[in-house]
Amino acid sequence: MAKSLKTKPRKTATVTSLDIEMLQILNLDGTAQQDEARELGLTNDDIESLYRWMVTARIFDERALALQRQGRLGTYAPLSGQEACQAGSAYALRPEDWIFPSYREHLAQVMRGQRWLDILTYWGGSEEGNRVPEGVNNFTISIPIATQTLHAVGAAWAAKIKGETSCAIVYFGDGATSEGDFHEALNFAGVFQTPTVFFCQNNQYAISVPRTKQTASETIAQKAIAYGIEGVQVDGNDVFAVYKATKEALEKGRNGGGPTLIEAVTYRLSHHTTADDWTRYRPAEEVEMWKQRDPIKRLKLYLERQGLWNADDEAKLLEEAKSEIAQTVAQYENLPKRDVEDIFKYIYAEMPWNLREQLQELKEYLAEHGGDLPKE
Amino acid sequence: MPQMTLIQAINDALRTEMRRDPTVIVMGEDVGINGGVFRATENLYKEFGPDRSIDTPLAESGIVGCAIGMAVNGLKPVAEIQFDGFMPPAFDHIVSHAARLRWRSRGRFHLPLVIRVPYGGGIRALEHHSEAPEAYYVHTPGLKVVIPSSPYDAKGLLISAIRDPDPVIFFEPKRLYRAFRQEVPEGEYVIPLGKANIVQQGTDVTVISWGAMVRVCLQAMEQLGSVSVELLDLRTLAPLDIETVWNSVTKTGRAVIVQEAPRTCSLASELTALINERVLLQLQAPVARVTGYDTHMPYLSMEQYYLPDAGRVKKGIERVLGF
Repeated sequence: MAKSLKTKPRKTATVTSLDIEMLQILNLDGTAQQDEARELGLTNDDIESLYRWMVTARIFDERALALQRQGRLGTYAPLSGQEACQAGSAYALRPEDWIFPSYREHLAQVMRGQRWLDILTYWGGSEEGNRVPEGVNNFTISIPIATQTLHAVGAAWAAKIKGETSCAIVYFGDGATSEGDFHEALNFAGVFQTPTVFFCQNNQYAISVPRTKQTASETIAQKAIAYGIEGVQVDGNDVFAVYKATKEALEKGRNGGGPTLIEAVTYRLSHHTTADDWTRYRPAEEVEMWKQRDPIKRLKLYLERQGLWNADDEAKLLEEAKSEIAQTVAQYENLPKRDVEDIFKYIYAEMPWNLREQLQELKEYLAEHGGDLPKE
Repeated sequence: MPQMTLIQAINDALRTEMRRDPTVIVMGEDVGINGGVFRATENLYKEFGPDRSIDTPLAESGIVGCAIGMAVNGLKPVAEIQFDGFMPPAFDHIVSHAARLRWRSRGRFHLPLVIRVPYGGGIRALEHHSEAPEAYYVHTPGLKVVIPSSPYDAKGLLISAIRDPDPVIFFEPKRLYRAFRQEVPEGEYVIPLGKANIVQQGTDVTVISWGAMVRVCLQAMEQLGSVSVELLDLRTLAPLDIETVWNSVTKTGRAVIVQEAPRTCSLASELTALINERVLLQLQAPVARVTGYDTHMPYLSMEQYYLPDAGRVKKGIERVLGF
């Protein structure tokens, strides 16, 4: 009889005693902790490739910011400072894995098979930037905060139900951890042991509100404990630490070990978006301090110390990256003019009568004015 | 042919589709071992196991949010929200993502997803258990909204909804769950979405309704005796079968819309506008709306005063006939 009882009251429950250690492999001066860097399984080519991605992303970011300031791009969310988070995590993924990005994961999206052109197209105000290529398992950008955490749990859960070994990684920020969806997602993932990696880029600010006003918890990683899942904290400006934590979480997920919450401690070196001005809420000294922890600078020092990189390599890379982005900008600025039918397409598999009528109405209006809106 | 109640027809539709297509799953609060609080998912757990008949944690946003991720990755989830009044926590995922994903991704992703919701009043329930929220979802581009009024329709429409490539909000009038039995064919059959049903042909007045109100309209018609009423059951609220409405009103010259939802900015408002825009000159009288009031749904002791009954429908019909 007692065996069949599903609930049994307990007088005390030992919950946990908790030390959260921040995983760090790369030091600020480019030296590496122990031999951990070598144990990652990354070849010199891999490390150089990571560096190239990160530098290209920074150049893209600066270019996009400039385009917005010149009125050639819509509102843009810069990623500068968070390159190691995105490169390290995306590099650990397999093609069959899914990513669920928020709106700042341009580098992760591109490393996973979208193009820099798609990113510009999106921020230039076209849904076409969300047309993820067939076979690329990147979900579309989610703007409502934390909603994508649940989508990632669902996708990972589906993989588990279908008996596949793919995982889903979801990107979100420190602000997202205040949303109910984040907690529902951790809870569902814990209950059903879905192979989901919750990747929090704790960049210290949700627009202007600092991390300390989002939560009274010492860390974000510890929130995992309450949901019965593993939480780890990593130095988010250390690409090796990010890669290692993500890879381990993915392997665990693939082997039936369930979800992981990774808190990557990082810093947004720019504005929330181009509509924001970070000088209103952040002391310059704080930004200076984090510039010293720049993830790109750190990896470059490492490469140089290992004798894998010199000034010529750097000059060549910068030239190549700048030229790649310049070509992308040229393509972006020569995108074909879109047909207004694009607004009405894809609402449903088949266009219903009301949309057909409304499209016709718009077309007739435009036709009355030579094919476009009347001038003033 | 077996006689089934509406809830049995729902259960039969789910079983039929789960047997046919291994990617169809049901999920929600109490839908597994318990078979759903209304028994819509009865015995599915036994037949299909915990991976396809899923008891979820008690979180509506979580249920719909996860269902979206599942649908993107190859499953066809039929998610249950236990009561109409508990849809608001899931509203964000329904309108911000489910409705938008095909459009946002330019057709790369679409969501074969059904959200089943026990709907409407008349079962003497608590607050938040008797709501008629269809207007929110009909108003949202990208969603289909379906509501059956009989066991036969319930099965055929639910099978269509499950096979539809777009997200469908499937409202089930809970007042009709066990109200009557009807012959329902075994095995699969579909009733196409987007097609209204002409329940009865007539020439004097068109009565347009859906869900549990269709039965109320039939009662009113019995009481009216000699009046020739054409009764339309919309069955799908989005996209609307407006041709059938226009054709009928053109023929009868009079229209009465009967719904249990509040009046302002409702589907009845939209239907009135559509009738006026297209067939105004055929009208012999202004369109009449017989609806719930612009109040909250009263608790059980007064709900009968809120819900349109046969007498109010009769009065609405007499009003347009006597104009």
